[in-house]
Amino acid sequence: MKKEEALLAYVLRLGDNALILAQRMVELVAAYPELEEELANANFALDYLGQARMFYSYAGELEGAGRSEDDFAFLREEREYRNFLLIEQPNGHFGDTITKLVLFESFYLLQLEALTKFSDTRVAEIAARAEKEIRYHLRHNAQWLIRLGDGTEKSHNRVQASIDNLWRYTGELFAADEIDNAIQSEYDGPSLDSIQKTWRDNVAAIFAEAKLVLPEDQWMDSGGKQGRHSEHLGYIIAEMQYLQRTHPGATW
Amino acid sequence: MVANGISREQVLGWLSGVPDPEIPVLTIADLGIVRGVTVNEEVIVELTPTYSGCPATEMIEQSVIDTLHRHGVEGVSIKRVLTPPWTTDWISDEGRDKLRKYGIAPPEQGASKRELLHSNRSIACPRCDSLNTSVVSEFGSTACKASYKCSDCLEPFEYFKCI
Repeated sequence: MKKEEALLAYVLRLGDNALILAQRMVELVAAYPELEEELANANFALDYLGQARMFYSYAGELEGAGRSEDDFAFLREEREYRNFLLIEQPNGHFGDTITKLVLFESFYLLQLEALTKFSDTRVAEIAARAEKEIRYHLRHNAQWLIRLGDGTEKSHNRVQASIDNLWRYTGELFAADEIDNAIQSEYDGPSLDSIQKTWRDNVAAIFAEAKLVLPEDQWMDSGGKQGRHSEHLGYIIAEMQYLQRTHPGATW
Repeated sequence: MVANGISREQVLGWLSGVPDPEIPVLTIADLGIVRGVTVNEEVIVELTPTYSGCPATEMIEQSVIDTLHRHGVEGVSIKRVLTPPWTTDWISDEGRDKLRKYGIAPPEQGASKRELLHSNRSIACPRCDSLNTSVVSEFGSTACKASYKCSDCLEPFEYFKCI
């Protein structure tokens, strides 16, 4: 694989994770039972949307075919999206959403930290900007996981079940393929092995404080990074792309 | 074309009057988001976003263009820069004073060094300076603010959150 192809594919993966997560969170806007979390969710979704725009704009420049950030978001099909399966899982109940965010953001923060030392300057700059935002998110979401896990018997059991259900989607985060390998060797990119160790320690520390149990090693689902998605992504994209598909080229 | 004899300092002076659309008491110079001005055949203004998804970014860029047009500068281009990334440490001392007078507690210095968990910090009430305050919500009316209340003067206030 050529170095430049790997970089483009990698930047698109970063953009896809940010965009699909933003879209998932937007589904919850005006649906939270409590004002603080309503604001938190909308603010966080906005951060992800901004990050997606920066990654897609850069992908367009790297590709050099004249595609804009909107073209990447609205005019690609399901199999072209390369976000993690974890990202596209349904919001479920509040404990499911918080668990998903803590698992992903514990990874994403380490990924961004590593990317601040990336040899491609633009990616390093975007990562430095995004890292500060994700640190704020994770601080907030981890506190919620602790409150739920160390809360009532009911909240504890429900959030432990969320962890047990979502755990099988975490393997993919660390399963290096040829793109990850090229990014690590050609651009001083993150080592997924070392991120995995730190991730596991950090997640274990949050779980311990929350009195939650780390699941045992198990079979892990995968495929999102290569475009093989669960049944959920199609629905997300159908809603997100509706306007552009119905009125091609519509602007305001 | 740029009118004759425009200097970089003049442009910076004009830009220091452009308000932030979400916190109009602050100018974009107070916020620390103007990163550079170059005067050649055209005027190039370098701006950095506060948050990745800040909805004010496009509006601020348009205000900069409008302001320079009003001063007779036709050729203006905006360049977005990301390095070094903006943090609340970029807000000037003057900006911090303006925030306090406006009723928003300014962010602490040393934004980037905060811990992930268990960071206990006291935010001074912008009205009575009491440290006897508590957080109501880590979020507020815009992406950059949190909501607090003062237990001494009993006033709610906003805190420019620290990133």
